[in-house]
Amino acid sequence: MKNREEIAQALAACGYIADAELATAISLMQLLRRPLLLEGEAGVGKTEVAKALASVHATELIRLQCYEGLDQSAALYEWNYQRQLLSIQAHRGEDADAIEDQIFSEKYLLERPLLAAIRRAKPPVLLIDEIDRADDEFEAFLLELLSDFQVSIPELGTISATSIPHVVLTSNGTRELSDALRRRCLYHYVDYPDVDREARIIMARIDGAGASLSLQIAQMVENIRKEELRKVPGVAETLDWAAALVGLDVRDLLETPETVHETLMCLLKTHEDRSRVSREVTERLLGKVA
Amino acid sequence: MSCCGPTPGYDELDEVSRLVSAKLAGFLKTLRDSGFVVGLHEGRDAAALMAAGFVARPGLLRSAFKHLFSARKSDWEKFDGLFDAFWLGKRVRSRSLTMGSTKAANSPSLKSLQDNKSERSGNEAATDQVPSTDDAPEHQSGEGRMEGASRADNLAEIDFRKLADPAQIEQAHDVAARLAKAMRTRLTRRDLARRRGYRLDLRRTIHGNISHGGVPIDLVKRQRKQKPLRLVMLLDASGSMSMYTGVFLRFIHGVLDEFREAEAFLFHTRLAHVSDAMKEKNASRALDRLSMLAQGAGGGTKIGESLQTFNRWHAARVIHSRSCVMIVSDGYETGDAKLLGREMAALAKRCRRIVWLNPMMAWQGYAPEAAGIRAALPHVDLYAPANTLKSLTELEPYLAKL
Repeated sequence: MKNREEIAQALAACGYIADAELATAISLMQLLRRPLLLEGEAGVGKTEVAKALASVHATELIRLQCYEGLDQSAALYEWNYQRQLLSIQAHRGEDADAIEDQIFSEKYLLERPLLAAIRRAKPPVLLIDEIDRADDEFEAFLLELLSDFQVSIPELGTISATSIPHVVLTSNGTRELSDALRRRCLYHYVDYPDVDREARIIMARIDGAGASLSLQIAQMVENIRKEELRKVPGVAETLDWAAALVGLDVRDLLETPETVHETLMCLLKTHEDRSRVSREVTERLLGKVA
Repeated sequence: MSCCGPTPGYDELDEVSRLVSAKLAGFLKTLRDSGFVVGLHEGRDAAALMAAGFVARPGLLRSAFKHLFSARKSDWEKFDGLFDAFWLGKRVRSRSLTMGSTKAANSPSLKSLQDNKSERSGNEAATDQVPSTDDAPEHQSGEGRMEGASRADNLAEIDFRKLADPAQIEQAHDVAARLAKAMRTRLTRRDLARRRGYRLDLRRTIHGNISHGGVPIDLVKRQRKQKPLRLVMLLDASGSMSMYTGVFLRFIHGVLDEFREAEAFLFHTRLAHVSDAMKEKNASRALDRLSMLAQGAGGGTKIGESLQTFNRWHAARVIHSRSCVMIVSDGYETGDAKLLGREMAALAKRCRRIVWLNPMMAWQGYAPEAAGIRAALPHVDLYAPANTLKSLTELEPYLAKL
């Protein structure tokens, strides 16, 4: 798969409607073998990109969720201490070297996501989610791994990658990432989709959502995003709402303003926003929907 | 990581591609001048892309280069304009985007992008700054050191407005930098005293005791990781504050240098994020960049609107639960006071402490009666005068207590 039209089609077949730029980014990922850094507001579908990519390549998705205090033992590898101890007890009295060789063999190694990702036969998609939540130290370590794709384990030796994974990093921008990491990656800013694309996303994801209803929903969400809100609804919320409307058997938003207003809880997640979008506001916004 | 395609050597290139690569080099320079972080790898990958046939389709090339060269949202947004200007010859925003322009090389990107806008606003922010302080004599060595210290004490009582002598200003700046340093070390020391585990880490204990055959003799404990306080400064740069802006700017400079985590914003009728410009090591260059950012400084104040912008666009990134927000303002609000109250409440929910420093407080007969300050006060944890260095020093124990 080389050109972006093919990629966009393949992604669409997996239920991810990509814009042309994202398709370019993915083709560059393959061409230049660089990781892809996705930034954007919460809920615009950053994680979904990796999932769709995995199904396009028909390969495994290995996900590393970052959090504060994430360290090597949780991300890379760890020895299975309990099993090692049991083994020592069981082989008591035997040759010490033999025991040592045994307990530091692959059998006692616990593979964590990063190690797993470079040891697969077929290159998997490695999703490093919310990298901004991890500490600076972890970021530096990750940088090293992403450039060499090899891991040295003191007791075992160096393990080099059998296949180079497709790496996708996501960030919500809660912390500024280092320039070094940014430079190493291709960068793509994921924005809220436009009405047309969002409608297509709804149609692809929600069974029973017709073209006209999807378009109406997308327009309504677009209108709501323009209001002064504390939490702007993302694509995930749109899909929730669409599913709710389809479930309630709504065919046309304009005919059922009551239901529309009552189901807005799928989109508006704070008390303040909920009270700001009153019945009148809902009607005004509905008025702009064609 | 290297590109996978073969990179054409310079010698093999024919005349046309030689021109193209010269042009590409010029483009890379333009990008660097505009604040992009572009290294050799990127250049090589770009050449590979051009060789791979991307050149034939400008739209595709632009998109490909955009992903390759951008590193953050701001780059992402300005890239298209730069690309069009350079490759397609469209004239956009800046006038210094010509190929390999040496003029742009000396000036930071912000400057070149905002040149035309800032010309009318002038340098109000910098005027009370006396940029020549850099060559002022230092009172540092030997006996002079003692004298310097006592002089600082003396200076501490003078209202900032009366500081006109460049040497004295320099000294005030030194005190600010020292103070910022002291705040930080105070925090670190607290950090150390707390380092005592309160919970057993079973996994590491087993690991650590393999040499004892698994009998847990040496216990490993878990401790809560102490993280440094983050200081977020919001400085009012309006006309009524112009007496004090200069010194507080220098104080912010010290804070950004010395705190591990700090952010700074300037506001007047609108808000500007100035951390990056201020982190410039050279103080006068920082001021130069700053004056570009602070267009309209010295005019009125819209604290409420500025805070609204802050809450909406910056707070989620800049503020976490260990953040202290320090607002330096006289509280003379020309906008809607109710809005200010509402935004202060929203801010108070997010951060740990809000400190409001008001230079006017030390004035005789001053009472916080302006509508703005009255609306804001209920949400403020500490409301203190800060027109003298001494009053800034007094903040130190408070910050250390957080």
